[in-house]
Amino acid sequence: MGWLDRLTGRDKSAHKAKDRLRLVLIHDRTDLAPGQLDALKDELIAVISRYIEIEPQAVEIQLSQDGREQYLVANIPLRPTRRARK
Amino acid sequence: MPGTVLTITSGKGGVGKTTATANIAAALAKLGQKVVCLDADIGLRNLDLVLGLENRIVYDLVDVVEGRCRLRQALIRDKRLPNLFLIPAAQTRDKTAVSPTDMVHLCNELKQEFDWILIDSPAGIERGFRNAIAPADQVVVVTNPEVSAVRDADRIIGLIEAEEKGPARLLLNRLNPQMVRNGDMLDADDVLELLAIDLLGVVPEDEAVVVSTNRGMPVALDEKSRAGQAFRNVARRLLGEDVPFMDWDSESGFLQRLGRLFGRGD
Repeated sequence: MGWLDRLTGRDKSAHKAKDRLRLVLIHDRTDLAPGQLDALKDELIAVISRYIEIEPQAVEIQLSQDGREQYLVANIPLRPTRRARK
Repeated sequence: MPGTVLTITSGKGGVGKTTATANIAAALAKLGQKVVCLDADIGLRNLDLVLGLENRIVYDLVDVVEGRCRLRQALIRDKRLPNLFLIPAAQTRDKTAVSPTDMVHLCNELKQEFDWILIDSPAGIERGFRNAIAPADQVVVVTNPEVSAVRDADRIIGLIEAEEKGPARLLLNRLNPQMVRNGDMLDADDVLELLAIDLLGVVPEDEAVVVSTNRGMPVALDEKSRAGQAFRNVARRLLGEDVPFMDWDSESGFLQRLGRLFGRGD
């Protein structure tokens, strides 16, 4: 734990509790285990790749919340194609 | 005007549902409302003990539902607060002795005579919870600022929404202001942000709660207790009054005041 964490109170147990709860509640609400999210990501990459060229390493998939609404947020960078430049 | 059915639930056991039910009921009765408490925790009754009415039980909830007595015969009147009544749970039966439909019928009858019907829900998410939630017009979720209680509260809030009984409101019980200041307990803001529901009240940890429960006398009747004050505030909010949340800062130290000065305040 660094001095910055100590100074900002981020090493305090209440802060840890909040961070842990934030994650566990998202998974509880969606009934999606953390491991399943990885499987979803792999399948999504496979499906999209059939239609369009993407950068598989750069794909980001995460669950986020706004109030009690859950969102699946995907960031899928496309690979630039040579055809587009002609 | 027919009364309001308010169900007090939590998911996790031991967070203070029964204490909250007894005290909100007593505080509402003190404000002149006609109140009946219904103990829905069949097989594990305790609301009678917390209210100090355990020696007066003749008939119970299951006797009413199964027609062994009239509703009026099962109502126990509190001698200290003539506006406050209790229908105790049966102790030797289980949750399946009553159905959600039974509860709806019973509450419809009680609504004709009472301003408030407070239902003390059992812990858990099974039949007992479904019985308690079925007749609810409003729902209060009780939790403590502690990881397992918050997680279970979130689960129960989801179930309340699924039953279309929401939005539930939160009663955060047993908050220790000193531990919050030390960064070792979740604050009300943290819990509200995580659960994303409205706040009905924050009750501080207070030895007076144990003492008054020992005596069978609701702490809401103790003018000096801070927890009692918090419960009285909850009752006033239920009646539509805009009561500010209690200020713990009167005890805060130099560093907290300095923190607020630089905009990191709570």
